[in-house]
Amino acid sequence: MKTLRDIKCGETAKVIRLNGVGAIKRRIMDMGITKGTDVFVRKVAPLGDPIEVTVRGYELSLRKADTEMIEVE
Amino acid sequence: MSIRIALAGNPNSGKTTLFNALTGSNQFVGNWPGVTVEKKEGRLKNHKDVVIMDLPGIYSLSPYTLEEVVTRNYLMNERPDAILNIVDGTNIERNLYLSTQLMELGIPVIMAINMMDAVEKNGDRIHLDKLSKKLGCEVVPISALKGTGIIQAAEKAIKLAEEKKATPAVHSFSPQVDSVLNRIEVKIGSQIPDEQKRFFAIKLLERDEKIEAQMKQVPDISAEIELIEAEMEDDTESIITNDRYLYISSIIKECYTKKSRGKLSNSDRIDQVITNRWLALPIFMAIMFIVYYVSVTSVGTIATDWANDGVFGDGWHLFGIEAIWIPGIPVLIENVLNAIGCAAWLQGLILDGMVAGVGAVLGFVPQMLILFAFLAFLEACGYMARVAFIMDRIFRKFGLSGKSFIPMLIGSGCGVPGIMASRTIENDRDRKMTIMTTTFIPCGAKLPIIALIAGAIFHGAWWVAPSAYFVGISAIICSGIILKKTKMFAGDTAPFVMELPSYHMPTLRNILASMWERGLSFIKKAGTIILLSTIFVWFTENFGFTNGSIGMVEDMNDSILAVIGSMLAFLFAPLGWGDWKSAVAAITGLIAKENVVGTFGILFGFGEVTENGSQIWGSLAGNMTAAAAYSFLVFNLLCAPCFAAMGAIKREMNNVKWFWIAIGYQTGLAYVVSLCIYQIVTLITTGNFGIGALVAFVLVAGLCYLIFRPYKQNQ
Repeated sequence: MKTLRDIKCGETAKVIRLNGVGAIKRRIMDMGITKGTDVFVRKVAPLGDPIEVTVRGYELSLRKADTEMIEVE
Repeated sequence: MSIRIALAGNPNSGKTTLFNALTGSNQFVGNWPGVTVEKKEGRLKNHKDVVIMDLPGIYSLSPYTLEEVVTRNYLMNERPDAILNIVDGTNIERNLYLSTQLMELGIPVIMAINMMDAVEKNGDRIHLDKLSKKLGCEVVPISALKGTGIIQAAEKAIKLAEEKKATPAVHSFSPQVDSVLNRIEVKIGSQIPDEQKRFFAIKLLERDEKIEAQMKQVPDISAEIELIEAEMEDDTESIITNDRYLYISSIIKECYTKKSRGKLSNSDRIDQVITNRWLALPIFMAIMFIVYYVSVTSVGTIATDWANDGVFGDGWHLFGIEAIWIPGIPVLIENVLNAIGCAAWLQGLILDGMVAGVGAVLGFVPQMLILFAFLAFLEACGYMARVAFIMDRIFRKFGLSGKSFIPMLIGSGCGVPGIMASRTIENDRDRKMTIMTTTFIPCGAKLPIIALIAGAIFHGAWWVAPSAYFVGISAIICSGIILKKTKMFAGDTAPFVMELPSYHMPTLRNILASMWERGLSFIKKAGTIILLSTIFVWFTENFGFTNGSIGMVEDMNDSILAVIGSMLAFLFAPLGWGDWKSAVAAITGLIAKENVVGTFGILFGFGEVTENGSQIWGSLAGNMTAAAAYSFLVFNLLCAPCFAAMGAIKREMNNVKWFWIAIGYQTGLAYVVSLCIYQIVTLITTGNFGIGALVAFVLVAGLCYLIFRPYKQNQ
């Protein structure tokens, strides 16, 4: 299973599904990361975590641990 | 009957700018009952009968964050006459996600597309008429920054409110979901008005527990949930969210023409430098240095000194000109009191009690305003979100937010603006934790205590001052870890899924408005507690029982405070400084920490002493062992801060219970740590193992347990 965590900086991935439950999952979906969305991994924070992605035309930051919930192609 | 219009939209959509532009100075800022979320309302300019309610900036009406719940409850229970939904035109896709949810509430909705000027500048086009038809509500283009279109938007909202016709939600879900929702609507029955049924049906389908409390009778829809989940192979929450975004994508395709451009926007280019892997930290440090240098070291100190020593002191030179001397307020009042022949005790009460108390409140304000202007700028231009992005990795280990860095940095200058700076942290839990721990960092007023102890007991040893900062930072880290695991803070951990908004230049007007509003709220909410406590300590310090009657005393040794000190002294005996003089000094430290040194001066009979108290070093050294002195130092560093900082804590917590939890935790931790230091150091130096040392080891073991016990995720 490939997750958003495995995607390198500067690459784009298509979301297949979201795993996990509760507030974090809902928040990720609310922010526009849903099935079929393209997510571009823009950069990594200076200390290695979190990461910055572009989704639906805006910038979003996510912790690496949470990106494991996001299954991609 | 006045008309109520609710302003709703995403964070960073320009909602505050629009609110300021619509209401001008007719604003009332408070808090939503019982929570730390800010509540703002104001009257529309030139329309006295129209109240605008600025709802918290949210992305969704999910039941998970405080802001979302506050907004939902307001919209569902108070039912405003219309919703003015502000949408960021440059980020329309995600903004419309909230819009579709607002539309389901059965309240008239009008949509204002903000930043239309930026959209046009990018060469993009939004087809407003098509969008309006697709969404089923009126759409107006505005620029909150320039003030274009906002009057029209407000007037249309008023018209809509007067018509009292709910905007029907025209957007649809996939056929399967729609049919399930229709069935749930039937099951809900007549307990909910027709126009609100869709909202309730969706929330029930999402298994939203908070909606059930709003209903008299909760229908059993487990069969429907099971059916749709089996059919779509996903949970209902995901199904609804997916469907919403699918619908929005379909609208966007038709209503939004994006000019294809390969080149980066200005914001992208700025961000490439500012959050660059290698440059981000140096730039961050440089910005923090500027903020600290201006608001704490240079301009801030000048402002504070001017307020404390000038306006509330002897006096000051106007514009620094030698010839123009303006006497301080206490001097002026003293002259008046002398002229009318006021009694000495009353004069004391007015000057040393009340005026000094007011001075203690207002003295911090100029510095605070400077800091608030910086914070408002950093927030409005988009950098504050990057601060969290850069610092998250370090701070989340201690259960704090990356944004906790700023309160702590400022706290090393003065805890009062430091605590007020916690405002910038959105998450309630992170904010509370930051408020509780910020004052552990030694502030400027604690430095004289450090100098006193270092000079008197440790012969000015180099390590005393650094060790004080080490104790402060360790206290923050350990407290973060301990508190994170307690029941109060466990549970819903804050998802760090944060928007990084585009950079843009804030307006001066918005910065000043934010600065003024925060400064005023400190004076109003923190002022009373500071004033009353100052008067109380002044009274106990200056009155006492002499010759069997109560009256003013010349010598603090005879004062009520000395009596209280003697009564409390036994409490501090396990900490090694159980004599009443130290207890009294610690109590007067609550007015302002530097008072500790002055009080020792008076109690040892030296009268006025220099800032580091060099005159009393000998007396103090004779009075305390090294272990006791260090324990005294640690206690004063960690215990409840000065009254001004306590006032700030009360203001920011906005809750009596949480205020006492914070003060109690700080004082408790100070007590435990000081006790352990004194007892264990005494054991090492003297070799006498007593009950005190035993207690200390038990406490150390207890602290270790609290720090290292496994973290239980509270479901």
